[in-house]
Amino acid sequence: MKLLENKRKVRSLREFLYILPFLALVAIFAYYPLYGWFYAFFDYKPPFPLTWDRFVGFKWFQTMVSNKVRIDQLLSVLRNTFAISGISLAFSWFPMVFAIFLNEIKCTKFKKFVQTVTTLPNFISWVLVYSIAYSVFSSTGAVNTIAMSLGLLEEPKIFLASSDHIWFKMWLWLTWKNAGWAAIMYIAAIAGIDEELITAAKVDGASRMKIIWHITIPSLLPTYFVIVMLNLANFLSNGFEQFYVFQNAFNKEYIQVLDLYVYNLAMGSGGYSLSVAVSMFKSLVSVVLLCVTNGVSKLVRGHGFI
Amino acid sequence: MSGSREKTPKRKMQVSIGDRIISFFTYLVYSIFAFVCVYPFYYILINSISANNLSERGKVLFWPLEIHFTNYVNVLKIPTLFDALKVSVARTVVGTALTVLFSAFLGYMFTRETLWGRKFWYSFVVVTMYFNAGIIPWFITMMNLKLTNNFWGYIWPVVVQPFYVVLCKTFVESTPKELQEAAEIDGAGTLTIFYKVMLPVIKPILATIAIFAAVAQWNSFQDTLLLMTDSKLDTLQFVLYQYINQANSLRGLINNASGTIDIAASLAKAQTATSIRMTVTIIVVTPIILVYPFFQRFFVKGIMIGAVKG
Repeated sequence: MKLLENKRKVRSLREFLYILPFLALVAIFAYYPLYGWFYAFFDYKPPFPLTWDRFVGFKWFQTMVSNKVRIDQLLSVLRNTFAISGISLAFSWFPMVFAIFLNEIKCTKFKKFVQTVTTLPNFISWVLVYSIAYSVFSSTGAVNTIAMSLGLLEEPKIFLASSDHIWFKMWLWLTWKNAGWAAIMYIAAIAGIDEELITAAKVDGASRMKIIWHITIPSLLPTYFVIVMLNLANFLSNGFEQFYVFQNAFNKEYIQVLDLYVYNLAMGSGGYSLSVAVSMFKSLVSVVLLCVTNGVSKLVRGHGFI
Repeated sequence: MSGSREKTPKRKMQVSIGDRIISFFTYLVYSIFAFVCVYPFYYILINSISANNLSERGKVLFWPLEIHFTNYVNVLKIPTLFDALKVSVARTVVGTALTVLFSAFLGYMFTRETLWGRKFWYSFVVVTMYFNAGIIPWFITMMNLKLTNNFWGYIWPVVVQPFYVVLCKTFVESTPKELQEAAEIDGAGTLTIFYKVMLPVIKPILATIAIFAAVAQWNSFQDTLLLMTDSKLDTLQFVLYQYINQANSLRGLINNASGTIDIAASLAKAQTATSIRMTVTIIVVTPIILVYPFFQRFFVKGIMIGAVKG
């Protein structure tokens, strides 16, 4: 008996040893970087290791709002972040409506085709999106050439190297890339609607719009609600790559969102510690947002989404 | 569950004018959506195979003009570009292989009741889905680990992905327990069961993970930007980005690279910044379009599992 138990123990430990290298990878690449947050309290200059005589306390958090230039910069970054997230939030119903009307298409082949091609952009990188934007919207690109030959434009319009409507344009690119993919969840949800409910409504003489309004939309609202909550929780995280590739000297003032600002602070001007302080501040606000939205979700639906 | 409404009675229902108008606009609007998604790819493709002096001036809009394929040959002759292609392929192959293997193994191990501290270690891995130290702490970590300017900097940070581990674990749990028990009675050890019994059984989920991981590796841009200053380790994505931003300095580079400038080479085939940009774009996008049909089979399933487990 004892022997068997010992054997079991040995195997239990041996199995742990098998996964130990992988746990180490997780520890190194997911947990260990957290210690980098200490850099926010030190005066860190890259090649030198941290020592206690470089401890500066909350200096960097004060620096963020120390003078008018810094405050203005932070405010403009927050303005951009709020504007772009706000637009996304305001239009977050788009994939749902996209899915609903896609489902109204009777021709299965056309439906499949539309779904296939609108989902494809989700799988290409932001660099490729930028390359496409550059090709289509440059001064010799398709849009300018066609608009000019139709007489809509006198001379090529500069689309990319300008800050006009930049927040809205960023939303358009994001939607071009993600809407088809985001719609899949709703399409699956629509497929799950009880067929009898719809047949019954049809027998009662309900029009298609009525069916959409009284059956489809109400059954999609729970999914939509989760999406809105997630959007709110990620309000400060617009992502980095999209804004990095689309930024240029002309639109920088309006395109620099928090995630990009954190990068530019560190890599542009070597302000590692300040950058970490900003990103820490962002993380703290995000955690608060997540807790608040989760709380709201619990209040409304009876359960959270984490 | 098909979601189709074809089961409505055969009897022709009265179609109201309102419904017809909705139908018409639905088709119109979705045709526009489809066009907006397809045309950019098509536009770049036809430009990459048209006469370069025409594509440079934006003359190629709806169909290719004076078709030739020399762009593809010439672009691959640019040394930096060919190196970048090799790096991209290498990281995609190595990264995907390791990600799939590690996810499968961890997913399997976390179903072993005998594993010491199973529940704790499983949470230890899964919790990492929900937090992120931020790019600068991550960058400093990578510097400390000497993974900057190092090919393995592309690989090690991403090979253990909690989400894939969860997918594998769920899949292994859905297979009949008798499989493992029978092997155990035959005297197979933990590892033997994994590669003799489990690996062949969980192939479908591994295919899904392989495609996701490969696309992620191929598309990755941020890690090159942060970690690699040595241009030998630039990926295709990164080189493409540089090309777009340095469009004007490009021509010199090409003409130097392709050796002797053939004065007699027709203008139609001489490289331009535009032709290179478009050609590289097509090269970078092609693998994605090739794996996309396989993707489609999996992603509805994938997103649903993600929605349940996430």
